[in-house]
Amino acid sequence: MAQESKAGAVRSATLRRAAPAEPEARPSPGYLALTWQRLRRDRVSMFAIYLFAAICLITVTAPLVATYVLHTDPNAQDLRNNFAPPAPGRWLGTDELGRDNLTRVLYAGRVSLLIGFMVAVVSLLVGVPAGLVAGFYGGRVDDAINAVIQVLQNIPTLFFLIILSVTFRPDPTMLAVIIGVIGWMGTARLVRGQTLSVGRRDYIDAARVLGASDARLLFQHILPNLISVVSVVAGFEIASGILFESGLSYLGLGVQPPTASWGNMLQNSLDYVTRAPWLVAAPGLMIFLTVLAIFLLADGLRDAFDPRMRG
Amino acid sequence: MARFLVRRLIQSAFILLGVSILSFGLMRLAPGGLVAMYANPRISQATIERLEEQLGLNDPLPISYAKWLTSALRGNFGVSFIDQRPVVDKIAERLPATIELSLAALLLGLLGIPLGVFAAMHRGSWADNLIRVFTVVGNAVPHWWLGLMILVISANTVRIFPLGGMYTQGHDTLVDRLWHLALPATITAMGGWIGYSRYMRSEVLDVLGQDFVRTARAKGLSERVVLVRHVFRNALIPIVTLMGGVLAALVGGSVLFENTFSWPGIGRMAVQAAFQRDYPVLMALNMFTAFLVILGNLLADIAYGWVDPRVRYE
Repeated sequence: MAQESKAGAVRSATLRRAAPAEPEARPSPGYLALTWQRLRRDRVSMFAIYLFAAICLITVTAPLVATYVLHTDPNAQDLRNNFAPPAPGRWLGTDELGRDNLTRVLYAGRVSLLIGFMVAVVSLLVGVPAGLVAGFYGGRVDDAINAVIQVLQNIPTLFFLIILSVTFRPDPTMLAVIIGVIGWMGTARLVRGQTLSVGRRDYIDAARVLGASDARLLFQHILPNLISVVSVVAGFEIASGILFESGLSYLGLGVQPPTASWGNMLQNSLDYVTRAPWLVAAPGLMIFLTVLAIFLLADGLRDAFDPRMRG
Repeated sequence: MARFLVRRLIQSAFILLGVSILSFGLMRLAPGGLVAMYANPRISQATIERLEEQLGLNDPLPISYAKWLTSALRGNFGVSFIDQRPVVDKIAERLPATIELSLAALLLGLLGIPLGVFAAMHRGSWADNLIRVFTVVGNAVPHWWLGLMILVISANTVRIFPLGGMYTQGHDTLVDRLWHLALPATITAMGGWIGYSRYMRSEVLDVLGQDFVRTARAKGLSERVVLVRHVFRNALIPIVTLMGGVLAALVGGSVLFENTFSWPGIGRMAVQAAFQRDYPVLMALNMFTAFLVILGNLLADIAYGWVDPRVRYE
């Protein structure tokens, strides 16, 4: 500043005083952070997250809850106290063998939730690559995949599952895989749509011109844009997996006793509709609450991801 | 349009063929063989072999399938393993019950359309919010469980609804039949209420925001004319596509509801046949359902192309 003339120094000093000091620019939050902020402001979604987390927590830790909190054992039969209605200490009553209903519901939840999650995993494992490939490569590959989807969509699901479960008597894992394999088409369609819209963007072309391989384009550029679609779809798949499994087990064709699931507890309760209505209410209520939480959360996520929904 | 139809028909034939091969193969691959249900230690091996020969189970898979296919194409789906009666007869006996339930549920379900329109017209009001809550809750609760709970309440307190079946023995009147139909039809219709009302609400909101509605109002048309002639007409168009899935839901969805309400239809028959390992019946029902699903999807696609001039199939 020794070089500046006196006039220049006065001028720049004036200018410096007139312009307000600029705060140091903060980096703008990323896409995911913004989404989380929007989600946090939605009270319904937050309630759904807490509810779902609570249900997952108590079912996963069912053995601990049973031993330390409730002091019960899901298999302990007490035939003198069978069909006991709900009361303090026996919060959901007992079943035909005197087993505590609440404990059994918690244990059954592990099976039902596990199946739900696995259905979502399988559906994503098959549907996301299918949709990606169809949307990215287009042309004949797209046609082929679309044809497969068309064919599979025309197969009557429930009937097929009935046949499959009768002939092969699948265990919960296999059941989840089968349900997932029958139902991945929706995921594939959504992923394909999103891939098509993202794939047309300029930066993809730019990356390609710069020599990016297909794999790099897919994994580094397109896949991250699918997070919004995929997470919402995953939510709905978990819920529909739970509903599907419970319907199937309720018919007697899904999870087989002695493994308990919410659906097959309902099957069991059919014999005791008049003697022990709490046996019908409890598993169904759990299914309802879980699925409700997932639906609310998935809806909220969808709105949170959408940058057009301000406020 | 004709080319599109022909292409779809050929595609449908292939799909049906594929479904039949898949089901047939699965059933033949069942562990224990097809007569596992009927074998007990007191039946001699010779009897089992005679049974297998009689039921045509000794032929290799392709020949067995070819035999099934040729007779199926002529309308003969074999006889039931359980009572040796022709499968087609058994299905024909139970089909009317399913059609009655599904038709009643379909008609009742259409109430969802005005519900959705109302919600859209009064957006933000307490009625709209109530309908939206109902939609979300209704989607999450398993409808068959809800029906079951109502039956439980009905069984344990005031007998509002009968506990099952289509009619009371010895008292088969129209009123009695309607009383038996009430709850099953309502519960089955819930899916329609939720689906249609959601759809209509978003459709009407969408159309209300369009420019041509603003123009119509600016022209001075009465609100009634604007609504009926412009809004509703445009909003109702895509509903046609939803109805395509109805044919499939006719049979597919009824399985759970028929079981809950002991409704003697083909859904219940399918589950019973599954437990009894009555494979000819299962095969026939599978083909029937697949046929309905394909037909429903095809009709929905055609209807969409016909009703919306912007979508045309070459």
